Amino acid sequence: MSLQVVTANRLEDGLVVFLTSDGSWSENINDARTAEDKEAANALLAEASAPELDTVIVGPYLIDVEQQGADLVPTKYREVLRTKGPSVREDLGYQAV
Amino acid sequence: MYRYDDFDRQLVHERTEQFREQVKRRLAGDITEEQFRPLRLMNGVYLQLHAYMLRVAVPYGTLRADQLRQLGMIARKYDKGYGHFTTRQNIQYNWPKLDEIPDALLDLAKVEMHAIQTSGNCIRNTTTDQYAGAAADEIEDPRPYCELIRQWSTFHPEFTYLPRKFKIAVTGSPNDRAAVKVHDIGLRMHQNDAGETGFEVIVGGGLGRTPFVGKTIRDFIGKNDLFSYLEAILRVYNRFGRRDNKYKARIKILVHEEGIDKIRELVEEEWTQIKDGSLRVDDAEIAHYIEQFAPPAFEAMSDDDTDFERHKAENRRFANWVRSNVIEHKQPGYAIANVSLKPIGGIPGDATDTQMELVADLSEKYSFADVRVTHEQNLVLPHVKKADLFALWSELDAAELGTANLGYVTDIISCPGLDYCALATARSIPLSQRISERFGDLDRQHDIGELKIKISGCINACGHHHVGHIGILGLDKRGKEFYQITLGGDASQDASIGKIAGAGFSEAEVVDAIESLVTKYIDIRESGERFIDTYRRVGMDPFKEVLYGDR
Repeated sequence: MSLQVVTANRLEDGLVVFLTSDGSWSENINDARTAEDKEAANALLAEASAPELDTVIVGPYLIDVEQQGADLVPTKYREVLRTKGPSVREDLGYQAV
Repeated sequence: MYRYDDFDRQLVHERTEQFREQVKRRLAGDITEEQFRPLRLMNGVYLQLHAYMLRVAVPYGTLRADQLRQLGMIARKYDKGYGHFTTRQNIQYNWPKLDEIPDALLDLAKVEMHAIQTSGNCIRNTTTDQYAGAAADEIEDPRPYCELIRQWSTFHPEFTYLPRKFKIAVTGSPNDRAAVKVHDIGLRMHQNDAGETGFEVIVGGGLGRTPFVGKTIRDFIGKNDLFSYLEAILRVYNRFGRRDNKYKARIKILVHEEGIDKIRELVEEEWTQIKDGSLRVDDAEIAHYIEQFAPPAFEAMSDDDTDFERHKAENRRFANWVRSNVIEHKQPGYAIANVSLKPIGGIPGDATDTQMELVADLSEKYSFADVRVTHEQNLVLPHVKKADLFALWSELDAAELGTANLGYVTDIISCPGLDYCALATARSIPLSQRISERFGDLDRQHDIGELKIKISGCINACGHHHVGHIGILGLDKRGKEFYQITLGGDASQDASIGKIAGAGFSEAEVVDAIESLVTKYIDIRESGERFIDTYRRVGMDPFKEVLYGDR
């Protein structure tokens, strides 16, 4: 099984966020806590789905990622776009920072 | 142009305040996302890939200058300085923050705008011919009827929870520029044998995963009876439309499964019960709405303007723009000017805040403060004096809004695709940009002539690929984007659904594939034939041959 992390959109502004090791949510996928097996992935998703987080994030789900050097990179292009921003507007989204 | 009455004003204001409270409760945790989602959708608020998206209604594609200027202001204040005009004649903002959306809605309400009927399983905003009230070929301005449909449908208590969304389009011209045959209901204005003006009612058209050209349920319905007849159709749909399967819930499936004759029978039966009731609209009321859309104060003048002709002769770029983007007006001395939102290599339908403000200013200067949004993702200044066209074009051109490509191969419809949309399976915009660059040379575009390329980034077909002369559907094949080509689609009065040419192409291959189709067309076309005409004459095989050879 590939590495997995949990992603969601932040309630307040809809921006893409990732669940980190201390249970907070980061805009940077490299801060994400990874799960190496199914059990850990389920635990990660369960933590992200806690009812009290309903005022923090929307629609948490697991995505597959690969460790590429220092970076975590999603395996699906859709998720790569979510970590960056629109490919047609490189001046916008996280890629612009 | 229609102005809000007190009732409209109150309705929009109350809705805005109601949504403000709903957002507050959501952020405070008093309601869950599950409870909030349908409420935000009823106010045009989607959650997309990167952020929230706010879809704002432009009823029947008509904007006043102050409204377009406000749309520009909203793009700057609540978004990242741009907006995206869609195939529904709406505008979408891609980056608003949830807690700021109620303020954005309030700013919209100040110019009599809103996000009502832009989402949810209701009767959506009615769309129509972008040249309404200006086109030389129209029988009558369709917008008074669109506005009456708007009043009938907004918050209609019976039709707020339909099986699925419901889209109505109206054309007042025999040359259909509103794609009425691929809507849930299409209304085509025409005259009966007695010389009365009314509508052909077409039902069950649509795109999406199961595309259909609509079928005529009634050849003629008089103006007074139109609204009760629409009500009868909606009642039949609301009662018998499928609610067990989202993908079979549109009226097109009901019409397909039951047959148009059966649906007609049910509708006529329902209509008999209600046709003499409160929905019968009398001539005086119709006249009242026609008055609201009365033509602006045109000056009586000759249709020939010597300065206009001189500028065309002296300036080739202006002449090219006139050739493609300027359309005949019903009033002598005036013309319809199309503002392309498809610069070569640009993002179809996107406009910056300052571009919106400029077009608003230009509309005040040259077009009675009247602007239209087209379902092909362009803007229109509908009433420009021929004598002013050169000045208008010069100002548009300086703001990168003077692209001379209306109806050509680079005037591509493209949905936002995977760059923005949570439903998309592949990107659409980058492909449209590469096709635009490949065919950007204007002489080549002139040679190719009218060619409608339409691109959707998923099966939901927001990019209308089924009715593109060349349609492109982006899909996901084992994590990679690939593109299926359809040929022979047409959104006009001769509507047809395109046929899949064969296996899809990779992102790297697809632009070459499109070029090979265009080259083939040029090789085999007969004099005066557009791409679609050639396709209809020769069929799929010659095109399949160039795409796949022996494959």
